[in-house]
Amino acid sequence: MIFNRKIGIASLILALLFSFSAFAQLNIPDKPKKEISVYDGADFLKDDETKQLRQKLETYADTTSTQIVIATINSLNGEYIGTYAAEWAEKWGIGQKDKDNGLLILVAKADSKIWFTTGYGIEDRLTDATSKTIIENIILPEFRKANYYEGLDKGTDAVFEVLAGKFDADQIQKQKEEFPWAFFIFPFIIVVVIIIIATRRKNKGGGPGSGHRNSSPDLLDILILGSMGRSMGGGSFGGSSSGGFGGGGGFSGGFGGGSFGGGGAGGSW
Amino acid sequence: MKKWLIPIIVIVIVGFGFYSWTKGFNNTAVTLQEDAKTAWSNVESAYQRRNDLIGNLVKTVQGAADFERNTLTEVIEARAKATSVNVDANNLNPESIKQFEQAQGGLTSALSRLLVSVERYPDLKSNQNFMNLQTQLEGTENRINVERNRYNETVGEYNKHIKIFPNSIFAGWFGFEEMTRYQADEGSEDAKEVEFNFD
Repeated sequence: MIFNRKIGIASLILALLFSFSAFAQLNIPDKPKKEISVYDGADFLKDDETKQLRQKLETYADTTSTQIVIATINSLNGEYIGTYAAEWAEKWGIGQKDKDNGLLILVAKADSKIWFTTGYGIEDRLTDATSKTIIENIILPEFRKANYYEGLDKGTDAVFEVLAGKFDADQIQKQKEEFPWAFFIFPFIIVVVIIIIATRRKNKGGGPGSGHRNSSPDLLDILILGSMGRSMGGGSFGGSSSGGFGGGGGFSGGFGGGSFGGGGAGGSW
Repeated sequence: MKKWLIPIIVIVIVGFGFYSWTKGFNNTAVTLQEDAKTAWSNVESAYQRRNDLIGNLVKTVQGAADFERNTLTEVIEARAKATSVNVDANNLNPESIKQFEQAQGGLTSALSRLLVSVERYPDLKSNQNFMNLQTQLEGTENRINVERNRYNETVGEYNKHIKIFPNSIFAGWFGFEEMTRYQADEGSEDAKEVEFNFD
């Protein structure tokens, strides 16, 4: 009985401890291996239309470094599209890291919804009201006629016009990561110490009374070193996470790690 | 050669290992805490953005029609109250967050009442300025959602870091305390459905 009650309390505590980890986790697709500008998951577009849109958006990204991604999905499964799109774009890191100049256009088929989610760096130019105007006046009229390509094509043209001149051909400086010297020096010292100890023992190896000592401290060393290795691994390298670095500024280097704060607008058809 | 040398080396290694272990804990905790504070200031600036928009909204509604005095006054008062409650990111305690939540929640419900009552006025609904404001408000509510989620996520990471064993012991030594999550205000989700699903 006591045993059972203990298990009950323990599992309650565990449940309380872990309850927060289930907080606000949206089911967002993993960042794809091949980072491109159009993901037509819900088959809105014909193959050549996808190709044309991709070419247009990727050329635009190459010249301006602003990354515009169109993604179509079948269903939102009850998620609110605005928050979902923002978390999605943040997770993928669309746009350049230092400029946050990404735009994700999310289209949900079953919900008949579209949403523009704007990166921090473009929301002052492509305001929520401007996004709304583009969606309502340019994209949705075409969508209602089932002209999905025309809608997205004209819509992105309008976005280009709005953003024109904002992020022109700035060179994205390749950021160099500092080499983590401390990470290598400590194990190096340990190795040196081991070598010193080992050589000294070997020299004394033939001496009387020291025969059995040869093997026993090794286990201790291994334990100490093992725990240090672990502590180094879990140490100060956990804090920050960031996307990859956009080398050339376009899509050639993949998504640049831009950040999104939920700005944007949407509509439904 | 010197027998005391080996124990000393071992002690130094253990000491250094322990030092870097606790240092690792401490620095990660500080980083996570600072992340959470940044996330909190983003939450506040999203709310601030809403307050500014509401100021414009009130003016537009006032100018467009002379109606709904009570609803409008409620919004103005709730806004004044919400603006007066600020939480210093360096002093995020449960009480101050609770106060902030309540003040902003009051504004949310007053605002949703105003927007519902506005539905009855076609002139205002078709006013371009009003439509823009409504779009911006929608975007801002979304920003608030996103920033709040992100704040809660960073707080969750920090809390996990300081609560798991043996970090919980170090947290006591270094004085890291659990941070407070932002609770969703009551009924705000329902209100949003009514307000913003317009075509």
